[in-house]
Amino acid sequence: MANGENVPGPILAADGRPLRQSLARALRLQKLRALMLIAPLLIFILVTFAAPIADMLFRSVENAIVPDTLPLTVAALEDWDDASGQPPGEKVFAALRRDLLAAVAAKAHTKLGSRLNYEQTGVASLLRKTGRRVKRMEEDGDLAAQFAEVHKSWADPETWATIKRFSSAYTSGYFLNAVDAKLGATGIEARPENERIYIFLFERTLLLSVVITVACLLIGYPVAFLLATLPMRTSNMLMILVLLPFWTSLLVRTSAWKVLLQQQGVINDTLVFIGLVADDGRLAMINNQTGTIIAMTHILLPFMILPLYSVMRTIPPSYMRAAKSLGATDWTAFWRVYFPQSVPGIGAGAILVFILSIGYYITPELVGGTSGTFISNRIAYHISSSLNWGLAAALGVILLVVVLVLYWLYDRIIGIDNVKLG
Amino acid sequence: MRLRTFLAAGAVASMAMAGAAQAEDMTIVSWGGAYSASQMNAYHKPYMEMNPGVNIINDESAAEAVAKLRAMAEAGNTTWDVVDVVASDAIRLCDEGLAMEVDVDSVLAAAPDGTPASKDFGDFLVTPCFIPQIVYSTTFGYRTDMVGDTPPKDVCAVFDLENYPGKRSLEKRPINNMEWALMCDGVAMEDIYDQLATEEGQARAFAKLDTIKDQVVWWSAGADTPQLLADGEVVIGSTYNGRLFKLIEEDKQPVAMLWDGQVFDLDGWIVPANLSDERKKRALHYLNFATDTQRLADQAKYISYGPARASSAPLVGKHATLGIDMAPHMPNEPKNMSNTLLYNYEFWADYRDDIDAKFQTWLAK
Amino acid sequence: MLAFGRQLLAIGDIVPDQDRAFVVFDGVQKSYDGETLVVKNLNLEIARGEFLTMLGPSGSGKTTCLMMLAGFEVATHGQINLGGRPINNIPPHKRGIGMVFQNYALFPHMTVAENLAFPLQVRRMSRAEVDGKVQRALDMVQMGGTEFAGRRPAQLSGGQQQRVALARALVFEPDLVLMDEPLGALDKQLREHMQYEIKHLHERLGVTVVYVTHDQSEALTMSDRIAVFNDGVIQQLATPEDLYERPENAFVAQFIGENNKLDGMVTAFADKEARVHLDGAEEIGALAVNCRGVGFPTMLSIRPERVLIAEPSAPNQLQGRVVELIYLGDHIRCRMEVAGRDDFIVKIPNSAKHSMLRVGETTPIGWLTNDCRALDAA
Repeated sequence: MANGENVPGPILAADGRPLRQSLARALRLQKLRALMLIAPLLIFILVTFAAPIADMLFRSVENAIVPDTLPLTVAALEDWDDASGQPPGEKVFAALRRDLLAAVAAKAHTKLGSRLNYEQTGVASLLRKTGRRVKRMEEDGDLAAQFAEVHKSWADPETWATIKRFSSAYTSGYFLNAVDAKLGATGIEARPENERIYIFLFERTLLLSVVITVACLLIGYPVAFLLATLPMRTSNMLMILVLLPFWTSLLVRTSAWKVLLQQQGVINDTLVFIGLVADDGRLAMINNQTGTIIAMTHILLPFMILPLYSVMRTIPPSYMRAAKSLGATDWTAFWRVYFPQSVPGIGAGAILVFILSIGYYITPELVGGTSGTFISNRIAYHISSSLNWGLAAALGVILLVVVLVLYWLYDRIIGIDNVKLG
Repeated sequence: MRLRTFLAAGAVASMAMAGAAQAEDMTIVSWGGAYSASQMNAYHKPYMEMNPGVNIINDESAAEAVAKLRAMAEAGNTTWDVVDVVASDAIRLCDEGLAMEVDVDSVLAAAPDGTPASKDFGDFLVTPCFIPQIVYSTTFGYRTDMVGDTPPKDVCAVFDLENYPGKRSLEKRPINNMEWALMCDGVAMEDIYDQLATEEGQARAFAKLDTIKDQVVWWSAGADTPQLLADGEVVIGSTYNGRLFKLIEEDKQPVAMLWDGQVFDLDGWIVPANLSDERKKRALHYLNFATDTQRLADQAKYISYGPARASSAPLVGKHATLGIDMAPHMPNEPKNMSNTLLYNYEFWADYRDDIDAKFQTWLAK
Repeated sequence: MLAFGRQLLAIGDIVPDQDRAFVVFDGVQKSYDGETLVVKNLNLEIARGEFLTMLGPSGSGKTTCLMMLAGFEVATHGQINLGGRPINNIPPHKRGIGMVFQNYALFPHMTVAENLAFPLQVRRMSRAEVDGKVQRALDMVQMGGTEFAGRRPAQLSGGQQQRVALARALVFEPDLVLMDEPLGALDKQLREHMQYEIKHLHERLGVTVVYVTHDQSEALTMSDRIAVFNDGVIQQLATPEDLYERPENAFVAQFIGENNKLDGMVTAFADKEARVHLDGAEEIGALAVNCRGVGFPTMLSIRPERVLIAEPSAPNQLQGRVVELIYLGDHIRCRMEVAGRDDFIVKIPNSAKHSMLRVGETTPIGWLTNDCRALDAA
């Protein structure tokens, strides 16, 4: 109207541009500036967090080494029926010979051996041995027989079936392995009973993490309550005690637990001394689940207490007084008035402790013995010892998915906006 | 404009300086503790004295060497020059193309009598990437005060709960344990690996291990068993012979060595693949010195691991501080070798993943 | 013997005027640190149905008294009776006292209806009974609309929260309701409105109210009686009118309403009238209320609206010089220099015949002897 126009159209700014456009321009500058401010963090997160996770996702399915090292063999195997019960024909062996010659020159055959050995035991030495001898093979002779002479596995259709099954650039093999299954001749099948470990470990990890979280909550709640209600000076003192574990190194703390908990340790000695326990009936409190639970509860306790404390501190004492003045007993006042308001702190603390414990591996490794180790110990083993990074990545991805699912469930049941760190 | 020039000049200068400084440093990765100390005394110090231009940096991350070397190779920035690894890891690194193949005779010094290095090391050259350094063994130590009047004489005491009750410590992996189990289940020495290659043989080994499973403390760090023995937490436990030597001779604990059934393993050097020519040359120059006959014999003054060269054995003398004769404490001393096993690298390279999965499953159940 | 007598008194039934003494503080003392007394020897009786306000500056001990009555603080010494029963050892939830807190203390995780139902549920009332009482309580505070019951406290305005808090304190029909500065968080207009509402509720329900505030106009508006606290002691316990018109000491005179004070020395006493020699070398008459006697210093208290200007008939005459004039609509506030002090305030009503003063002008002022009270020298 200010422009005196009669036609209903876009409102114009003073310089005649549409107002909407000028506004967008003004805002764009602001957004750009905001983006530049967060750019360092964004880049940091992309490089140190998003990229590794993407890399892990990729590794868990990546299988390029087989088609890259044996391109001709893979192509030749197309025509071979792995259900035939017969090793493939001469054409395939010829392709294998040429592939292996190139691979030996590039020193890639042993690497391929390591890869396929995850799927079939013995392939590592098969390829190492064959690599040494392939140069001496006669191109025109009976190649199948020559290969079989190097190692009888080449005459075994199972070897070829394995190569064929894992010949594509991407594989589900690692994920299947991570859930105690494998790609067999007839498709996906469960591993034999004596090799099923990962699902069991996932379950144990989740169960122990829940136990640790609950233990932290049971021990941490009264402490946080005390911290939040005591006068400042006393509560500061107590807070230092709570934070003390943070100031000692993890290994020192774990060693301390060993000294305390082992069978000839302080606690057992004391129990025997006061006669609660017979000398030959000393309690096993370390190198088992008990050890893991005790040590991890101790280590993760501050992560429960701190969010609880910061939430409880914001609950005015007048609520409890109001409840009591309205006729509630101490317990009712606590349970119906105080406790519901501390739930956001419980949520934050529990999520923190649970997620930290689900991925913990040093402490379970040191004090967990065999019954107190977590899935992360296997992941660490495959990363640093067996070098089966694909399997480690698959296990990691599953762990990540489990955490996300639990997070989603938490959001559905309790609501993620019901989590407060203070 | 001037500022930018200045900054660029500064950057170039600092890069040049960093380059110069790096040219002097050589990073050698090893296991730390007494072992690294013995290498420092026997190899590094004399080498640096003879080559003042080189500064050896001792990195103690050998336990994660394989994974770290792979990560470095993938990142295209290998910062290590020489790495001390066990033979099985050397094979793995060689298979993965992460370690350089070394022509032993052209790189390493011959024995004083002219025997070429390849013959002097002999069977210990288990892979083309590996330069052996020491022979060590994994064997058992027991508490002398906890076995009564009949101290154990052979490795099967580990499985004898009746005569030797109490906890025992074993390494948390199938290697060695499976062999001992079969050995004590009556399998002849030469049949052990044939048996282990079969499902039945593996089941047999697990069944034997089952008999002591609830009495076993499983260790994963070499320091665990000595500590458990010292604390009286276990009666008998496996660990590296050098650790037991220290526990018995240096710490004077009531522990004795059980050489029976010891499993030999090798530890030695690899050079990471894809080093620059200059760094490669430096690394090999160092290895030529560090693995000659005298140097290997010298190391035995500080730690009870046997030199990997045949020609070094006669030169082994007394312990540098304790003054005791070292030869009787060497795993490859003939007296200690009545019943021994050599780590079967070929077998475990193939079966490690398979049997480890079963072992872990067995442990967890 | 004395203890026995007290015990007898404590048995409600045989005390004839137990209704007049519904709440009794008997020699109550309170100390937090064992070194200083926050409440010093408090004796107070509150009648059934009375609206009593504890008024005083912060730190005067009034809130501590309220908390002892509610049961959240324990009296260090002395006894508190409620309805004839000693309640020192009765926990708060068994005292049956309704309480409105400073910041309402409405439970944030419950709806309005749940907040109100809470005291009824802990008393194990039936569902129907609870619903009925909640609705009646909400109606009572004009919050009966269906849109409110389901809301959370955070979704209400300050005034609405105040009403809900009030309703919650009343819903279980307590005989005694305590209010701890309940209107402190409201803006002025709403506060005044709520003052009337609470007053009317009190009149309608006949419930006994003990009200704590530091706002004297609030106290004057609402109370049957006001106990003025200072320094852990009740300075004066009186009706609003008495308190304003007849303060008994300098603190009360200064604390309640606006007050002019003049320092002087008592020179003579005669029939409740004291002759006081002011510092400005003039001698005037004042009502002797609380001055110790001839030769002692005293503080004279005169309310600004009781000062007469240019009124030759006034018995006490002084000269005042106008320092400042502020026009306030219904009256003009005039600051004067009198007897050496320049903070002497006179309120001149904006009536048809009020005198026109100018700044700098000197004018005779005066007052009736009864309007000028000779109090203790503060």
